[in-house]
Amino acid sequence: MEAAVFILSLVDCCALIFLSVYFIITLSDLECDYINARACCSKLNKWVIPEMVGQFLSTMIMLVSMHWFIFLLNLPVAVWDIYRYAKVPMGNMGVFDPTEIHNRGQLKTHMKEAMIKLGYHLLCFFIYLYSMILALIND
Amino acid sequence: MSTAGFNSQNGTGSGQVYANGPSQNPPALQQLPGVGYGMTHQQTYNPMQAKVPAPPGPGLYPFGAHQPVAPVSSYQTGQTLSSYTAPPSQSLLTRPPLGTPPSHTPPQSASPSPGPRLPPAQGTPPPPPVSSNSYYPNPQQQQQQQQQQQQQQQQQPQPQQPPPPPMAQPWQYNTAPPPVGPPTSMTAPPRGPVANHVNPASSLTVPPPPSSAAYVSAPPGQQLRSAAQPSVPGMPPSSLHPYAQPGSAPPPVNPMAPHSYQTGIAPYVGAPPAMKPTPPPTGLPVARATPPPPKADAQCGAALNSVQSPTEPDSQEGDIECPGAVAGNGPPASNSYNHVDNTMAVPPQPGPPGRHLGHYPSLPPGYQNTSAPPNATSTAHPAIQSATQPYTHAAQRYQQPPAGPGPAQLSPSLAAMSLQSSTPEALRVVNLLQERNLLPTGPISAPTPCLPQDLQKINCSPEVFRCTLTSIPQNQSLLSKAKMPLGLLLHPFKDLSQLPVVTSSTIVRCRSCRTYINPFVSFLDQRRWKCNLCYRVNDVPEEFMYNPVSRSYGEPHKRPEVQNATIEFIAPSEYMLRPPQPAVYLFVLDVSHNALETGYLNVFCQSLLDNINALPGDSRTKVGFITFDSTIHFYNLQEGLSQPQMLIVSDIEDIFLPTPDSLLVNLNECKELVQDLLKSLPTLFEKTMETQSALGPALQAAFKLLSPTGGRMSVFQTQLPNLGVGALQSREDPNQRASAKDIQHLSPATDFYKKLALDCSGQQVAVDLFLLSARYCDLASLGCISRYSAGSVYYYPSYHHQHNPAQVERFQKDLKRYLTRKIGFEAVMRIRCTKGLSIHTFHGNFFVRSTDLLSLPNVNPDAGFAVQMSIEENLDDMQVVSFQAALLYTSSKGERRIRVHTLCLPVVNSMSDIFAGADVQAIAGLLACMAVDRSVSASLSDARDAMTNAAIDSLMSYRQSVLTIQQPGLLAPACLRLFPLYILALLKQRAFRTGTSTRLDDRVFAMCQLKYQPLVYSMLMIHPALYRVDDLTDEGALNINERTIPQPRVLQLSVEKLSREAAFLMDAGTVMYLWIGRNCNPNFLTQVLGVPSYAAVPDNLYLLPELDTAESQRTRAFIGWLKDQRPFFPSLHVIRDESQLKASFMQNMIEDRTESALSYYEFLLHLQQQISK
Repeated sequence: MEAAVFILSLVDCCALIFLSVYFIITLSDLECDYINARACCSKLNKWVIPEMVGQFLSTMIMLVSMHWFIFLLNLPVAVWDIYRYAKVPMGNMGVFDPTEIHNRGQLKTHMKEAMIKLGYHLLCFFIYLYSMILALIND
Repeated sequence: MSTAGFNSQNGTGSGQVYANGPSQNPPALQQLPGVGYGMTHQQTYNPMQAKVPAPPGPGLYPFGAHQPVAPVSSYQTGQTLSSYTAPPSQSLLTRPPLGTPPSHTPPQSASPSPGPRLPPAQGTPPPPPVSSNSYYPNPQQQQQQQQQQQQQQQQQPQPQQPPPPPMAQPWQYNTAPPPVGPPTSMTAPPRGPVANHVNPASSLTVPPPPSSAAYVSAPPGQQLRSAAQPSVPGMPPSSLHPYAQPGSAPPPVNPMAPHSYQTGIAPYVGAPPAMKPTPPPTGLPVARATPPPPKADAQCGAALNSVQSPTEPDSQEGDIECPGAVAGNGPPASNSYNHVDNTMAVPPQPGPPGRHLGHYPSLPPGYQNTSAPPNATSTAHPAIQSATQPYTHAAQRYQQPPAGPGPAQLSPSLAAMSLQSSTPEALRVVNLLQERNLLPTGPISAPTPCLPQDLQKINCSPEVFRCTLTSIPQNQSLLSKAKMPLGLLLHPFKDLSQLPVVTSSTIVRCRSCRTYINPFVSFLDQRRWKCNLCYRVNDVPEEFMYNPVSRSYGEPHKRPEVQNATIEFIAPSEYMLRPPQPAVYLFVLDVSHNALETGYLNVFCQSLLDNINALPGDSRTKVGFITFDSTIHFYNLQEGLSQPQMLIVSDIEDIFLPTPDSLLVNLNECKELVQDLLKSLPTLFEKTMETQSALGPALQAAFKLLSPTGGRMSVFQTQLPNLGVGALQSREDPNQRASAKDIQHLSPATDFYKKLALDCSGQQVAVDLFLLSARYCDLASLGCISRYSAGSVYYYPSYHHQHNPAQVERFQKDLKRYLTRKIGFEAVMRIRCTKGLSIHTFHGNFFVRSTDLLSLPNVNPDAGFAVQMSIEENLDDMQVVSFQAALLYTSSKGERRIRVHTLCLPVVNSMSDIFAGADVQAIAGLLACMAVDRSVSASLSDARDAMTNAAIDSLMSYRQSVLTIQQPGLLAPACLRLFPLYILALLKQRAFRTGTSTRLDDRVFAMCQLKYQPLVYSMLMIHPALYRVDDLTDEGALNINERTIPQPRVLQLSVEKLSREAAFLMDAGTVMYLWIGRNCNPNFLTQVLGVPSYAAVPDNLYLLPELDTAESQRTRAFIGWLKDQRPFFPSLHVIRDESQLKASFMQNMIEDRTESALSYYEFLLHLQQQISK
């Protein structure tokens, strides 16, 4: 059971890692002018909700399986994702808005955020991996 | 603008080029232009050499003749004088290096040149040249400029006085130039105008007698000079001799000058003092020696006047130059000049002045209309005046700080030329709490960057390209320490009276950063140039070696591209993604009951009928019409139909085009049908009872119609859209209008309009929105459609054809301008800056497609842009940085064109230099843009706090890092003295005010305008101008196109300035108020307003009656002149104490206290309190 929980989290974490990498690649494409702001933002906005769901999922799994430490590790990121989504002004086209992304260094902020998330997910990945192996051995 | 560019072409450009390519020196010697160039060359080049060749030149007519050598000398005098004054401040620092070498050269040159030539002419004449020589080394650059001007001048004068042979040989010099006149052909296209500008000056140089006279005449007009002048007439003969001697002496003079200056007469005397010291050394008649200097001053002043006044752009530069020139060339030039004056000047004086005046208006008439007049006349004078008093003090103070880094950093030439003369004034410490009258009497001109004069001469006009800090800090930490925003304000598509246009199959650009070649690149040799943005070395293509202007080969540095900071290219096919689109205009009209009620449709149809032939376009121009209420109506205007056919689409959920091919028709082929339609439209919907408005679906339909071609969509809307997609709800709570709490609903309610705008932008469609409504229309949401598609927004609150005639007139006039103004289609603009700087935020109407690429489906001449920048890398090893804005567009004639503006600014590393270069208007404009963003993304109170903090931070930073002596009071450098006032004005501006009842749409519209208007116009909106108009006189008036425009002084915006006995005009950009005092001079009432008494002034008077009285003519000329200066039409309201509009008039009294806002003095106290915390 324990192992199943971590395998599931691991899969979820992998997906989130891929998402983060995708975000980073797309944003750096925009930085380098390979795609235009509109295309970039519509691509990214599509994945904002899946990312939220993935993050929420792993948080819930940890909550349900009562791994408090990992739950607490996940919680702030989940809260941040929801907060970010809820804070989007009515007139904007999503978390990534093509008309704003080049203003006030937003692109850099987004990039930084994606990088931090990538690091965080990698950390989680190894924690899950370790926990999973531990659980398998204990079984 | 353009004029400036031209001047640069003639003179400066060449100067630069040479400087770049040392190799060219020899040619310089040989060829006439070479002389001028050699001069520019600066250090390496011996000024003498340059001149030396010149002397032969006259004899050699072909080449030598070209050279304006003679003129140069004479000319220099004119300018040198001016330059002289300025230098004193810096002269100490910068000059020494240059000064010494020059000193050597001058004597040499002087001796040879004067010896042979002068003797023949007259004893006196020779000296002048000598003097000029001596000074040359330093002034070279200036001389270049002068030369340019001279050349220009010469051109004109030449015809007038081709054979001044009678004159002494020195004159021959001058005469030689006449032949030079032909050379002008090189620059010919631009010159024409330039020459005009310079005329006064030119007259001076070429025909010495008349010119001198002119000079003299000019000075009297101006106060400053007047003092000096008296001496001039008397002195001329005597001065000649002494002069020559001093001339030789000059080298020592330079060093001397600074001292003399400080001690010397406060303002202008800089030059004279220098002279004085010299005479003593010579040992000759001191008394005589002294007289010349005054002349110099006078001349300088005169030169300033003449040069500046004629040309606008030049004028600004001229102002600065004058001081700068003083520093460098002053003495020499003056000397040469004196000769001229002495010999010829005295007698002719009376005559020339008359001429001058005559020329004056004629020269830059078109120009003056736009902006020249303010700069030329008003700015120059005040600047000078102001400079004079504070000058000595400021100069001394200033010298110390700059002395260390300034000279060291700048190359000697730079140092010599630097305009720092202006800085002392800019840094003069002002205690804001004590100085009450801070407003200059005339318009405020942009500060001039502290650049070598040859660079400054060709730099982009501040009207087009302006930076908040004209001295760029060396690194980000310095910038953040100064606490001032760094940004650019652009007006890239401004209507220019002159613009060099280049057609060439290859447009030379940097291969790595794609920068267009510009005047600030350096030529390593004839075959290679170094990009000034990325520093890559590029090859000069073969084609570029040929100069089409001069028809000469091997002078890439003289191509117009390298001579003009503003230039337009006709782009070859590589710059087209598709064939250039035709001009396409689609009009989307609201025809609901509400719309018909306002009566706008009649006005619109009539205006379009009147201007249908003036629509910009060619034979491919297309037009189309869509009307909408709860349904969408299309009009089939297909050729062959006997009358327009209306097609109604009532399915607004899924909009489609009934006959896609025949809705947009060729205007020329179907003009009659279009006219029929316009005539019948107003009556067609007369009886409509439909009150709903399906704007969203109508926009979708219009987008579908335009998307294959791109074009312009003009939307006229009179109510809140309430049907179909994009329907909006009223969000405004009228009770909250005056709330001091945060204003809600400044951001859009839906993303529909934004998305649609981006779709439009992708298909090269721009949407212009005309909002005519008395009720809330949610401009915050609707405005997005224009904002992101690079359209413009016009708002006419309470528009009604009967109840609001002022709005109707404004609508008519605006519409006329809108329909006929220039337009560029499918445009993109890229703003590049030197490596190390980066742009991080953009303001204006457009869509930022990638990091530095602005997508502008349409660009119009009334659009302004702003960007904020940060410094990413240290700029330690750079002396200057450049910015380039390139606008690629399709003209209405189907030509693909690129308009390129390049701005060059110096890099500094001391706080005092940064502050000295602050452009307070640009800072206020940029802060306004930032505050608009802030109020949308955060809150209005946040934005207000941020603006107040901006003032506090920068003044605190000034106090801490620049001021060495701490004094009590609120201290600001002179260049920032208006900063708190502008911040207060912004806080009280409609966009940001709180506590005063402001409709949400009014507020949002004001915000749109702040972001979208070019700086000149938004400044009026921020800080209106107040004039007293009941006592207009012709004193100091401008003369434009045979009309005399009185120039009353600008008053502070305080009720204290109002008086019951007078009448005042307040110019607030889009609206003007003429306030009549209760006891107003009855003369004014009868002569201007045509009413017998105060009580008889009608309540709603929007037009001044055309009375045939001098007062009426003056007043109308003044108001008309103000109106002509802007592209939109300000409505005029004549108000009395009882008028309803008095409240809005009084709200503009920024310096006064209101219930909810601080007075100016209180605001200052608040700032002081915060700063001293």
